[in-house]
Amino acid sequence: MAERITLNLKVNGEARTVNVHPFARLLDVLREELRLTGTKEGCGEGECGACTVLLDDQVVNSCLVPAVQAQGCAITTVEGLARGEDLSSLQAAFVAHNGAQCGFCTPGMLIAATDLLNRCPDPTDGEIREGLAGNLCRCTGYAKILDAVHTAATDGGAPR
Amino acid sequence: MRGYLPDCDIRVPADLADALALLAAEPGVWTPFAGGTDLMVVYNAGRLKATHFLDLSRLAELRGIREEATHLVFGALTTYTEIRDCRAVHQHFPNLVKSARATGALAIQNRGTLGGNIVNASPAADTPPSLLAYGAELELVSPRGLRRVAYDCFHLGYKRLDLAADELVASLRMPKPTGRSFHYFRKVGTRQAQAISKVCLAAHARIEAGVVAELRIGLGSVAPVPQRARHAEAAIIGKPLSALPIAAAQAALLDDISPIDDIRASAHFRLVVTQNVLGHMLRELANG
Repeated sequence: MAERITLNLKVNGEARTVNVHPFARLLDVLREELRLTGTKEGCGEGECGACTVLLDDQVVNSCLVPAVQAQGCAITTVEGLARGEDLSSLQAAFVAHNGAQCGFCTPGMLIAATDLLNRCPDPTDGEIREGLAGNLCRCTGYAKILDAVHTAATDGGAPR
Repeated sequence: MRGYLPDCDIRVPADLADALALLAAEPGVWTPFAGGTDLMVVYNAGRLKATHFLDLSRLAELRGIREEATHLVFGALTTYTEIRDCRAVHQHFPNLVKSARATGALAIQNRGTLGGNIVNASPAADTPPSLLAYGAELELVSPRGLRRVAYDCFHLGYKRLDLAADELVASLRMPKPTGRSFHYFRKVGTRQAQAISKVCLAAHARIEAGVVAELRIGLGSVAPVPQRARHAEAAIIGKPLSALPIAAAQAALLDDISPIDDIRASAHFRLVVTQNVLGHMLRELANG
């Protein structure tokens, strides 16, 4: 059995240290060790995007990342988007457009859309569709989510 | 049911020499692990036999895209995103950019690697058809030294590779096309993102004085391995663009492929669609 490692992360801007199995999934480290349960597990095979987080400013499926590969990295989860009660412009746009229904895909959608707006502050419809292509939603039919991202982009581009 | 975590181990080597020494010291024990976009899927499904992994992801020796006078050299850890973002790849190997865009979605493209796509050895992977079309060559390293293998000889059978237990794919070299070039890539899947191919075809031709001087066609999802369509190529090479024997090439293709029925498509569908995509490619070639 592998020895646990001391994993140093910067999670939502804050230095965090946890003792974990090196092959533990980043998803489980976030949810179970750090109690950041905003990040969801959907398919567990990198297809649905519910577990999407930013790892050193790149979107990844946290269900496919072993903890040891996140050593020393900066991670942004959905908990890192709002400042207290103050929603990011993207989150506010999701609320305004009813871009969430059951809400299970929403954390991944928000992270993927945040990444998109960071890279591409004024995206076309095609760019939004490509930016969110790895995130599945079984409720909204996507139109409201696309509207929310358009609105957030128009209201000031990258949320934070 | 997921794999059993306490059984697993993952080792982070200090450098490439350290990684190769471990592979050689305990042959077959350590499974090379890069982006994890294939291995973790199988682990999460509880079907992964391997339990000991060698994390290659931080090995600088295996990173980066390097331009030489006549070739581009891709480190095995080159991600799909790096391929998409590299100007020289767009310029010389547009099919490879399309392959990278067709693989998964952004979160997969940020992590998945070219070397991983090759050694995972799925016949449905989307970069191999382009690598076959461009005449790629692999550089394999081991403590015994470096060995080069033409990529179209690397797949020996379903998930069987010309790769010894102590060897790693270090890089991949592709000759930059010269003269008048034709590039074609078409993936047929259920949707544009996150789909596993039902059929994938990439082609590259060199045209000289109105004649097809060179042609390579790479196919995915229609044989146990990523497959060159050598019979179809032979039907076209040397022919003038004004009179390409398209029907003859489509007939010859039957000797190149051996599609099967599976959850994604039937053998019959794959056969007909591959012939149709070949026809579409050849008509575009003829129309210059």
